[in-house]
Amino acid sequence: MTTEAQRPVPAPDDESAPFFDGAARGVLMLQRCRDCSAFHWPVCEVCTECLRDDLEWVEASGRGTVHTFGVMHRVYHPALAKDVPYNLAVVELDEGPRVSAAMVGVSNEKIRVGMPVQVAFEEMAPGVFAPKFKPR
Amino acid sequence: MAYSASFNPSGGGAIAGLGMTAMTRDYTKSASGLAAEAIRLAIEDAGLTKDDVDGLLINAGVTQGVSLGLQPTLGFRNLKLVNHMNAAGSTAGQMVQFASLAVQAGLATTVACVFADAPLRPGVSAGAAYGGAANRPRGMASLAPAYGFFGAANTMYALAARRHMALYGTTQDQLGAVAVSTRAWATMNPAAMQREPMTLEDYHNSRWIVEPFHLFDCTLVTNGAIAVIVTSAERARDLKQPPVYVIGMGQGHPGNPRRAGYENEVNTGAITARDTAFGMAGVGVGDVDVRELYDCYTYTTMVTLEDYGFCRKGEGGAFVADGRLGPGGSHPTNTGGGQLSGYYMWGMTPVSEAVIQTRGQGGERQVPQHDVVLVSTQGGILDHHATLILSPDPAAGTAKGSR
Repeated sequence: MTTEAQRPVPAPDDESAPFFDGAARGVLMLQRCRDCSAFHWPVCEVCTECLRDDLEWVEASGRGTVHTFGVMHRVYHPALAKDVPYNLAVVELDEGPRVSAAMVGVSNEKIRVGMPVQVAFEEMAPGVFAPKFKPR
Repeated sequence: MAYSASFNPSGGGAIAGLGMTAMTRDYTKSASGLAAEAIRLAIEDAGLTKDDVDGLLINAGVTQGVSLGLQPTLGFRNLKLVNHMNAAGSTAGQMVQFASLAVQAGLATTVACVFADAPLRPGVSAGAAYGGAANRPRGMASLAPAYGFFGAANTMYALAARRHMALYGTTQDQLGAVAVSTRAWATMNPAAMQREPMTLEDYHNSRWIVEPFHLFDCTLVTNGAIAVIVTSAERARDLKQPPVYVIGMGQGHPGNPRRAGYENEVNTGAITARDTAFGMAGVGVGDVDVRELYDCYTYTTMVTLEDYGFCRKGEGGAFVADGRLGPGGSHPTNTGGGQLSGYYMWGMTPVSEAVIQTRGQGGERQVPQHDVVLVSTQGGILDHHATLILSPDPAAGTAKGSR
């Protein structure tokens, strides 16, 4: 029996199922308001732009730019002790929403605000994929 | 500015009492126990008795250690006003605002406003208390911990600071200058938790928490409580302490829109709050003598200075770099060591030091000119903002306006 800390992994639920199903197919899914066409991240019940609640899931481009980023040094979770320093990034998607995620395919020192990026899915638990972003 | 003709800020509320427990990393008692001590001290400070208090406003910290239940715990009976308020770190400013309005409207005469928290316990580190991994969210909320987004405010403020650095060329040295000037004030405050002098080199040598933040960019998690007693300006004149008049107040809540077209990382609610507060007080940014700004991070001080108009947007880095915020500087700011080096009692940190400075009781660190004292309380990730303008002169605005 191991006492090693379990790494935090994404835990899909019913309302986020379209998002995680898309991720498993390599497609970034976003909600869009049928009334005002605003895109949303993360899952929401009502559109923050028009307060209506007629939302549909659509395929997003998966493209965006780095809005801001940081490099984590402190170990807040024991399972991440071997990962520090690791990057955290906020990506502004071409569709508008800003997504908290992480960068791959680039060293922490080379990440820049404004860097154009493309989604890259990573299997973080068996069958559970999450979007990260790589330079494009 | 158009305000109700019946509202006269200078005839409104005043802070008549201040009570502070020891500010410590040791666990001595519960948040309720700390709240009781702070309220008792504030009542004594004002020269009042417990029975004089007819209003109670409560603000809990990260552990939610106090609640509406504080009233029966403290044996307050027949109150005319009570509430457990929450607008994150801006709550302390808001408590004083609502208390001032309440005493002016006649809802109550003597309102105790208290913040209390005891996040540090044996075996619970500052990081665990504020940034821990206790929750196991599901759905899309489970993505953040999977990416390693821990540390809550540390991380999100660091990312905000990075955005400012990228847009405006703000440097690590400039963030460090805030840490250094704030520490210089703390060396003169017996209540401050970090009183050793700090150099810019010390700042750079402090360990990384989450880049671009070093340890010395971040506040000190603290156990303690602070209470103030708000009463009418008229009544405050008859009490024990020099009255601290609330001559202006305002709020701003940008709402953290995380989508294209907003720069919420580099703009705070102070932009909205300042106009209401300065307009009400009849003073301008150039009239402010002392600044007590919510400084959970070095960056918060810098961006808040910009948003009140002490310098232009994006110029905060250059503004703070010459040491003007420190002792002897042209813009005394966070004169008790703030949250960075003093104590982290959320919005009560700036409120408490503002009361001390407005009264002229700052001892070695007292700013000689303290006619207009600006208080900013800040909550969320720059989501909520409440401003107070305090003065020892209820007509300070009129005086400034007649210049």
